[in-house]
Amino acid sequence: MKYLHLIWAALFRRKTRTLLTLVSIMAAFLLFGMLDAVRSGFDQAGKSATGAQRLQTGSRLSFIQTLPQGLGGQIAQVPGVKSVAYANWFGGAYQDPHNQIFSFAVSDNYIDQYPEIDVPADARKGFETTRTGILIGEQLAKKYGWKVGDKIPLQSTIFPLHDGSKNWTFDVVGIMHAKDKSAAWYDQMILMHWKYFDDSTTYNQGTVGWYVSRVSDVNQADRVAKGIDAISANSDHETRTQTEQAASASWMKQLADIGLIVGSIMGAVFFTLLLLSGNTMMQAVRERTSELAVMKTIGFSSHSVLAMVLAESVLLLLLGGVVGLFLAMGAVGGMRAAMGGMIPMSNVSGDIWIRGVVLMVVIGLLVGALPAIRAMRLNIVDALAGR
Amino acid sequence: MKFLVNMGLLIVLAVALVVWVLLPWPALLVLAVLFALWMALTRRGRQAASVTMVGISTLRQRLGSSAVVVVGIAGVVGVLVALLAMAGGYAETLSRTGSPDTAIVMRGGSASEVMSVLERDSVVVIPQAEGIAKDAQGKPIASPEIVVAANLPLKKGDADDEGSVQLRGIGEQAWAVRPNMKIVEGRAFRPGMRELVVGRGAQRQFAGLTPGHEIKLGNQSWTVVGVFASGDALESEIWGDADVVADTYRRAGSRASVTVKLADPASFDRFKAALAADPRLKVDTTTTLEYFSKQSEGMTKILRIIGIVVGSIMAIGAIFGALNTMFAAVATRAREIATLRAIGFRGLPVVVAIMLETMLLALIGGLLGGLLAWLIFNGYTASTLAGGSVGQLTFAFKVSPQLLWQGLKWALAIGFIGGLFPAMRAARLPVTTALREL
Repeated sequence: MKYLHLIWAALFRRKTRTLLTLVSIMAAFLLFGMLDAVRSGFDQAGKSATGAQRLQTGSRLSFIQTLPQGLGGQIAQVPGVKSVAYANWFGGAYQDPHNQIFSFAVSDNYIDQYPEIDVPADARKGFETTRTGILIGEQLAKKYGWKVGDKIPLQSTIFPLHDGSKNWTFDVVGIMHAKDKSAAWYDQMILMHWKYFDDSTTYNQGTVGWYVSRVSDVNQADRVAKGIDAISANSDHETRTQTEQAASASWMKQLADIGLIVGSIMGAVFFTLLLLSGNTMMQAVRERTSELAVMKTIGFSSHSVLAMVLAESVLLLLLGGVVGLFLAMGAVGGMRAAMGGMIPMSNVSGDIWIRGVVLMVVIGLLVGALPAIRAMRLNIVDALAGR
Repeated sequence: MKFLVNMGLLIVLAVALVVWVLLPWPALLVLAVLFALWMALTRRGRQAASVTMVGISTLRQRLGSSAVVVVGIAGVVGVLVALLAMAGGYAETLSRTGSPDTAIVMRGGSASEVMSVLERDSVVVIPQAEGIAKDAQGKPIASPEIVVAANLPLKKGDADDEGSVQLRGIGEQAWAVRPNMKIVEGRAFRPGMRELVVGRGAQRQFAGLTPGHEIKLGNQSWTVVGVFASGDALESEIWGDADVVADTYRRAGSRASVTVKLADPASFDRFKAALAADPRLKVDTTTTLEYFSKQSEGMTKILRIIGIVVGSIMAIGAIFGALNTMFAAVATRAREIATLRAIGFRGLPVVVAIMLETMLLALIGGLLGGLLAWLIFNGYTASTLAGGSVGQLTFAFKVSPQLLWQGLKWALAIGFIGGLFPAMRAARLPVTTALREL
């Protein structure tokens, strides 16, 4: 620590060069922070303590196929199932059929299955008592300026009303807010009454898109899932039950192989960065040859010279990297606000910082290794003579 | 004063970059020719050429630091081209699926085929509208189809991993509507049987889709009897007989869409008007070209934005890398440059020489990056679940010449900025100071 001043002075010996290198490092770690946020956003989708307790039961045939409503009662009888709720895909759109809004028609107890979603008590009450009531996500309310008490028109891209039109009208009774980031997409959603939905359209006829059941013991989830699927085995509506986590992981994987894309970009970025900062350190040591020789002459051991050059390159990486990650924090925050969960993206959190700092140190050591060894092996007489 | 000059430089730079991005290649060619003429014919130009030659001939001594510029820019161009190739390949696969002389009819207000439901009456009425091409027997070429999703085990991943594939139930007219569709292996399914033909893309993605194999759809067994190829998005689907599929999915007589072959592209308006005027129908009519292009719009935009954002951030890194290298190069050659100026070379040839040197390195980097992107990613297949389809869509990355050209433009722009400031410094440094420097 007592040499920090010396290392710092060496680092900023050539201000322009160091600053230019720092900006390059910053850009690399800005990119790392952003991409890692997307990657872990995809990874984390559905991964939460409460998510592990939930099982999703859908049709084995495909996710667009519906199930009979009567199945719910049978699922509730399966040992280990605490409660069962159900939902249908409504396919809502606002103003233009292509401007789709995630909207589910849900059973009354659906919201109880998701303790990580915060619904104020009066909103909850309003939802229970208003047939045409809907709960809307916080982000959505902000995006369209909807308030509690508003009547909003929604088109369904799938379900017509009895009169054949597809223009539904709903009353906003409350705004919901996700407490846990794993449920962040509820901030973008509309929940409506399944009963009202089913009564108002001829197409549904008492069917259910999928069931969400909570299990009392997480460790029993697999057994319970098998139990649920056994109910309708060999019927014309076979089911497939998965934990919410497995289900969303499978969706994310089908959406895109994010790991591969992020991995190859970061590979290219860090390879370039290695070369770039390696070159800077090489230059720095080359032009200081005589200074290093003087340091050795006045008693610095070869190993402390090695350590100081290594420390210098690690410091270089840390300086640039930390600034880059801070920038990434700002950028990711801004993007999350702008896109509002269209792409799952986590915050630049502790995990990403740890991974980032480890990368900085490793790259710093790699980059510093060659110049440091060169400095360590420096022959005082040759160096002072300029040979 | 110096501050003002720097500000002016920045503004010129910004304007130059905007012009650069907008310039089509013929204009650039003219620019390059003019520049070459200047170098060959004028005194200043010849001076610049000779200084450039000196710089380039000493490149070998600065191999390490020059490599930084080359590799840095190669990285930017490679990643940019790869990401844009993904967006391009995706958009192209979908837009190729449609054509201006076929139209798709869906229930009004449906965003995609899978959300649309046409009752039996509509399915009967639609083919009677005018503007549809007729086959040899004088029947209209119109194909009512049902579109659903099916869960099938994925090739990659655990045995329990299932993915979604789009299943299309078709009648015999489906082949007439799409003449590019060919059975490449096995045979077509027989009507009324639980038989499937699978697209080449779907075959790559899902396990067990080879002719002769049986697969489970829900609790039913279906036999795969053939493989079809079309070179577009439909290749990611599996097809079966419409009535049998409707039965499996309990859809009775309803269909999702009717695709028709138009007599000619011009008759689309007539066809659309005829359907709109029919009081029995409430449908949306679009050409398949428009329908499929629209499906890819949102996703392509996101992919392009991601490509450009990632590319820009990497470009910033590369610009500063290039600046660093060129400042160092100018510093080591300070005396040499000062000597040139002392014996009568003006500032301009020096600036031009250093810029040319940087842009040469950038050009090499751009070519290298483009080449790598092309070698690794051209034809690389990926899949996604988006764009109005309920199944995984397989598409190939497409590294087109336009993309490579765009990559080169980026590379040269980076080289331009990276060279400009060091060049200005070299030209501005007072000769006496530079000569005295070690």
